[in-house]
Amino acid sequence: MKNFNFKYSDNDIRKDFPLISQTGLAYLDNAATSQKPYSVLEAVKNYYEKENANPMRGLYDLSIRATEAYEKARKMAAEFINSPETHNIIFTRNASESLNLVAYSYGMEFIKEGDEILVSITEHHSNLLPWQYVAKKKGAVLRFLECESDGNISLETFKKAITKNTKIVAITHISNVLGRKNPIKEFTKEAHAAGAVVVLDGAQSVPHIKIDVKDLDIDFLAFSGHKMLAPMGIGALYGKSELLEKMPPFLYGGEMIESVNRDFAVFAQVPHKFEAGTVNAGGAVGLTAAIEYINKIGFDEIEARELYLTKTVFDECKDEEHVHIVGSQKPEEHHGIITFTVDDVHPHDIAQILSSENIAVRAGHHCAQPLINHLGMMSAARASLAFYNTRDEVLRFCEALKGLRKKMGYGR
Amino acid sequence: MADNTFYNEILTEHNMRPLYKHKLPEANFTLEGINPNCGDDIILNLKIEDGKIVKGSFEGSGCAISQASVDMMLDLVIGKSKEEALRIADLFLRMIKGEADEKEIEELDEASILKDISHMPARVKCAVLGWHTMKEIFEKHDAGEK
Repeated sequence: MKNFNFKYSDNDIRKDFPLISQTGLAYLDNAATSQKPYSVLEAVKNYYEKENANPMRGLYDLSIRATEAYEKARKMAAEFINSPETHNIIFTRNASESLNLVAYSYGMEFIKEGDEILVSITEHHSNLLPWQYVAKKKGAVLRFLECESDGNISLETFKKAITKNTKIVAITHISNVLGRKNPIKEFTKEAHAAGAVVVLDGAQSVPHIKIDVKDLDIDFLAFSGHKMLAPMGIGALYGKSELLEKMPPFLYGGEMIESVNRDFAVFAQVPHKFEAGTVNAGGAVGLTAAIEYINKIGFDEIEARELYLTKTVFDECKDEEHVHIVGSQKPEEHHGIITFTVDDVHPHDIAQILSSENIAVRAGHHCAQPLINHLGMMSAARASLAFYNTRDEVLRFCEALKGLRKKMGYGR
Repeated sequence: MADNTFYNEILTEHNMRPLYKHKLPEANFTLEGINPNCGDDIILNLKIEDGKIVKGSFEGSGCAISQASVDMMLDLVIGKSKEEALRIADLFLRMIKGEADEKEIEELDEASILKDISHMPARVKCAVLGWHTMKEIFEKHDAGEK
């Protein structure tokens, strides 16, 4: 594969990641969480050493600096996804909390009996269970967009599933099992024409491809910091201003008010209305550093490296009759996510044996049980790649895969 | 790095060619055990007569650890009294928790290869699935159910 010309060498990148550069571990579970570069770790340390105070409260210099550091992260996150304004970004713990915020605040307020909520069968439980709850509580109907065996959800399928009663479309951008990207811009056009809002789960897309919320025209976008080099515990929700303004708060408490009386309160402006209690400023500062790191590498480079690694796995496995890659057979439709099975070897045994060879992959239902059942499986193993993985690592993974059946006592 | 010495011939043999994986029409106790994390799903069949396990089998599917563990369990308990089987089960469960000593573990014969599972919290449920299912059957037996 000589047609790949990378801007950075493997070592240029890997020297920035202590955990993977200092161990021999082939970390191939990036869809679960990413590793962190020194710049992120140092930014968090620096914040707590030099800037730590409770943001937005104190009148002294240190608190003002903490506030500035926190609000800088909001601006960075907004620009990163091309948000029209900085205040469209609400900080949360992770994508799950962002999706719950939309479900509890928007869903519970505006969904009525008989309304329809459309989700796809490929959703992570985080973008399914909140909607199951809203539908049950409000007497709404939860409908499913089914995917084909290669993970494709066609525009035709989408058009058929949308009705005049559809009020919410909650859908993933990139499936955490199949790696398949949905045509969100087209879906959103259809959803808006029917009067529905679109809630996009960007947990697997925001770290790997350039997102432009203005171009996609989606109403909400949820993503996690920890899957994109930032610390655990910081995530974000993007929402269109007119929606965020009419939504009630999700959590009530400190620093989300203008004024409080004995029996009523006036809430703060967006986004602070949705950020009750002391915020995760250290995490937000880490997110700033993570975005700076991703911007430095660039999405062209990230996508090219991840595609190259994915192609390597496909090439290595194409003649392996007992190894089956789930979903599309085209590497470019996987976005680094390769879910697979090996004949007669249970996914948990696969993961355990690979672990003994210092290779980390995930096994199980990947928090997407309805999809796994839809595909006729009980569970599967998953290797998910990041730009800092190397050809050597994926080759080591493929070699281990080829030896699995033998290890389990089968001829080959 | 995890110690995976239990992926040895004993385990793979019990997984590939289990001795007790078949139907058992004469069973008077049948119970399903499910481990949702792994997707292990077994059906344990026992024929209990006069407080003694006369015959046993299992059906279903799951990871090698769950399959081999239940197969080795049946090898140990068939022909034994319910009380004796229960004592062996408790010993096995203590081994999985890392609470049994070497001498006790010897008594578990082939099943002792699973002792390192005590260091692998994610696999504990696979290893104990059959054993817990058997204990549940005994509870039903004691309660006079079928």
